[in-house]
Amino acid sequence: MGRTFYDEMYDASGAVRPHYQAFSRWLADTPEELLAQRRREADLLFHRAGITFTLYGDDQGTERLIPFDIIPRSIPASEWRIVERGCIQRVQALNMFLADLYHDQRIIKAGIVPAEQVLANEGYQIAMQGLNLHRDLYAHIAGVDLVRDGDGSYYVLEDNLRTPSGVSYMLEDRKMMMRLFPELFAAQRVAPVDHYPNLLLDTLKSSSPLDNPNVVVLTPGRFNSTYFEHAFLSREMGVELVEGADLFVRDDKLFMRTTSGAVQVDVIYRRLDDAFLDPLAFNPGSMLGVPGLLACYRSGNVVLANAVGTGVADDKSVYPYVDDMIRFYLSEEPILKNVPTFQCRKPTELSHVLANLEQLVVKETQGSGGYGMLVGPAASKAEIAEFRTRLIARPEAYIAQPTLCLSTCPTFVERGIAPRHIDLRPFVLSGKETRIVPGGLTRVALREGSLVVNSSQGGGTKDTWVVEDSSC
Amino acid sequence: MLSRTASDLYWMSRYLERAENLARMLDVSYSLSLMPQDGRGDGLEELALPLLITGTLDDYLERHGPMHAERMLNFFALDASNPGSIYCCLQAARSNAHAVRGRITADMWENINATWLEIRGIAEQGLGRYGISRFCEWVKERSHLFRGATFGTIMRGDPYRFIRLGTFIERADNTLRLIDARYEMLGEDIDEVDGRPARSYYQWTALLRALSSFEAFAEIYRGSPDTRKVSELLLLRADIPRSLRACMDELNLMLASLPGDNGRPAQRLAAELEARLRYTSIEEVLDEGLHAWLTDFILLVRQLGQAIQSSYLEVA
Repeated sequence: MGRTFYDEMYDASGAVRPHYQAFSRWLADTPEELLAQRRREADLLFHRAGITFTLYGDDQGTERLIPFDIIPRSIPASEWRIVERGCIQRVQALNMFLADLYHDQRIIKAGIVPAEQVLANEGYQIAMQGLNLHRDLYAHIAGVDLVRDGDGSYYVLEDNLRTPSGVSYMLEDRKMMMRLFPELFAAQRVAPVDHYPNLLLDTLKSSSPLDNPNVVVLTPGRFNSTYFEHAFLSREMGVELVEGADLFVRDDKLFMRTTSGAVQVDVIYRRLDDAFLDPLAFNPGSMLGVPGLLACYRSGNVVLANAVGTGVADDKSVYPYVDDMIRFYLSEEPILKNVPTFQCRKPTELSHVLANLEQLVVKETQGSGGYGMLVGPAASKAEIAEFRTRLIARPEAYIAQPTLCLSTCPTFVERGIAPRHIDLRPFVLSGKETRIVPGGLTRVALREGSLVVNSSQGGGTKDTWVVEDSSC
Repeated sequence: MLSRTASDLYWMSRYLERAENLARMLDVSYSLSLMPQDGRGDGLEELALPLLITGTLDDYLERHGPMHAERMLNFFALDASNPGSIYCCLQAARSNAHAVRGRITADMWENINATWLEIRGIAEQGLGRYGISRFCEWVKERSHLFRGATFGTIMRGDPYRFIRLGTFIERADNTLRLIDARYEMLGEDIDEVDGRPARSYYQWTALLRALSSFEAFAEIYRGSPDTRKVSELLLLRADIPRSLRACMDELNLMLASLPGDNGRPAQRLAAELEARLRYTSIEEVLDEGLHAWLTDFILLVRQLGQAIQSSYLEVA
């Protein structure tokens, strides 16, 4: 692979980009021992605060730290404004798509999205058909994964409309940077992010027709990989963190068990997948949900955020149609680019994919977390051969995309500072209006050359700065 | 608040208080085991007492064979497979805190999490290398820190009340058991033998020190400790923070301020016990027989704990 990566800090000639100059001066002036000491301090503080995640498939249920890198990812404000508008546009279109899909299905009738792509999709929930939601909102909280190609242009890699996670790291990373290096924030103006929980609560409240609804966060429990985030958000918003067993349904209304009796619940920010919400309606073996919740939801007595059935819109087989959705619902041109995607269910595209496996990234349409994917250029012959058989057996379960170069950002590694690949996940909140806090979560692939940034695969995080252009 | 949350908060503070009391128990037994035993053996009996009080002695004998100082100490303090060990209490406290970390302040959570991370390090070193007295001091200090962080940062709402309930139920039980065990240990010994300080003097002194009440005792009684004075101090005086009376005052106060009618059985029992202590003199206690009185009260405290459990922590 040639040097075709876009680096966030240095331009092609090796000069520091304008929005990184203040940081670069600071880095040059700061003794190495001090940096090393601060990095150790950060680890200690994260450990103390128990800011951890649990890895699945690890019998010990060990709580691990997500590696935190002290070199921030910085975005000039002018560039951010485009990303922001693009993300908002996209999430608005996706919400309109979901409302349409579960009502009149105009987009199918217009022949833009093929019916079998959505109606036969695992994420499609027949129970949602014809159900009216307040403000027509489905994905109240969305995480849009962005990457930058060799020329620096932003691409949407995927939309996360079910229960996107990571926002707590965005907030904790900022807190950590301000604690370790306050002088950096004095040197230039970095847009604040810590009002996110406030916006989230506001969004959740506005998802209910009631004036002052009782909002709770529903967690699968403390052994869930992102339990820390559930606890964090409920604390920051000042609402109860409940588990399924704390809730019960009576007369199609939802209540929680408290020390002074039953108290009605109006809005659930749920961090539980559709399949586990209600053992009566979905997975009967689920111990995590609340029996009768779906009936209560369908009676309009409780709001679920996100709604049931959003998974159909962030499915990788529906992803190729998002550009058309934006044109169809908003009559606008898409601001952010989609990665060109080959749909393996189409025979012509499948044969192209099979012929070019070494250059492509192949993903399961239903997959997430970086599991079950093939990165062609980094894969062994055996891995490619294995994927070839899988593709031929179930072509409809896969899509393929060209391997993007993914931009790099200088990162502390064992031997000093070196470029590592990163992505960006801004969090889009849809309530009375669609809003977004400046920046998002930057994930970094710590292994040299790796393009997989997921924390479950050894990825780390960086603080993400949106800096005023004038302060460059 | 959620019953489950209340339950986790209550048990978090119970386990932490228990860890502290176990450390105090260990402290007194260890220091007494180092004293001349007057031909009464090698101090092993003294070291076995904490295990006896916590009902883990049989478990120890079954798994580790005959009494052995270092093995007993380690079993009591750091054995991860002994659910009654200080290690396991801290683990349980941290696990309860983890389940409700959204309802306690960051200061509290970081404090209890740090305690847990640290004891794992101590367990790796082993008690022998760390030092037993130092370890007991450390447990007490961590408990003090957590209580301080709680007192200094948490809102005075229901979560605070359930945390306090857990602390004082546990402490009341432990104070009763410690006095009872010490009294049993004295056996036939009377408070004075030929005018020279008898063994009971050291026993009571060690107990007072372990309960951080020695200074208070000296100031109030200005004399050497004996059964009557020590029992009065630790059972009936409202101004001694670890006394039974102080625990019961606090429990009554906390329960009375909880909202809702479902707590009446617990509220009534706490008020009854508080009144009983308030209007009892130490002579009445001793007339009844100290051991009988203590045994009776241990049961009453357990009933109060059960009433709290069924009134608040398990409501449907």
